[in-house]
Amino acid sequence: MNTRLLIDWTRCEARGLCIELVPEVLTADDWGYPLSRHGDVTLPIPAPAIRYAEEAVRECPRLALRLIED
Amino acid sequence: MTSTQLDAALWALGRGTGVVALVLLTISICLGIVTRSRQRFAGLPQYGLTAIHKTASLTATALIVVHVTTLLLDPKAQLRLVDTVVPFTSTWRPLWLGLGTLGIDLLLLVVTTSLLRKRIGHRTFRLVHWATYLLWPVALAHALGTGTDAGTWWMDALAASCVASVLAMAWWRLGPAFGTPIRTSAADRLQHPEALRTADLGRRVALVGQPARE
Ligand code: SF4
Repeated sequence: MNTRLLIDWTRCEARGLCIELVPEVLTADDWGYPLSRHGDVTLPIPAPAIRYAEEAVRECPRLALRLIED
Repeated sequence: MTSTQLDAALWALGRGTGVVALVLLTISICLGIVTRSRQRFAGLPQYGLTAIHKTASLTATALIVVHVTTLLLDPKAQLRLVDTVVPFTSTWRPLWLGLGTLGIDLLLLVVTTSLLRKRIGHRTFRLVHWATYLLWPVALAHALGTGTDAGTWWMDALAASCVASVLAMAWWRLGPAFGTPIRTSAADRLQHPEALRTADLGRRVALVGQPARE
């Protein structure tokens, strides 16, 4: 089972909070929008980072994040 | 403690919590504007700014609860229970005290909708959050109009710095440069690996120590 981060691009405003919280998975593009660090756009979250990803979901100022399990 | 001493303590606590709450609300509104701007401030990461914004607001709310409770208990303040909910009905300085009550109503509205943000949706949250721009001047006016410390040099200096900070932030907020993200090049970011988890500085070392993954 994988935990993945979903970013709603219609909401995200490049505030960068998620990038700070989950640096294993995300980096910033030139405009500050989150970008997959490894090129895997389905953004699987490694187990140790899940609680930080959850914090990002809670604190994203635009409520643009969700975690899904598949 | 004699009852006079107790009254004096309540009075001091009531005033003190009010003043500190005003300072915290000022910090909170300023940082709220900063987080909205997508820009860094004083080297603080976005997560840190958000956390301070939240903590300052919640602490201010807690202090205001103490502020109101002590003044309810304090005979000198002559506050009635109804004055804490319904504005502009008090017998003593109805306007200035009423502003405080209005401030509490607004604050409770803003804090509740923030805590229930997920439930009520982002749009409603944001709409209600605009009320902070009313809440802050209301709180300031209440502090100066009701506060018995207004006119002392320290309270005036404090109020003046709060006003200056918020005006400066508002000026920036309304200016043309607001909200344009700073453009960083990939090379910059490699030099300043800010993609580090700020919530957990302990891991920072480990992450920096890892081979570059970009
Ligand atoms: S925290 Fe939210 S708004 Fe900020 S970059 Fe991430 S998804 Fe976008």
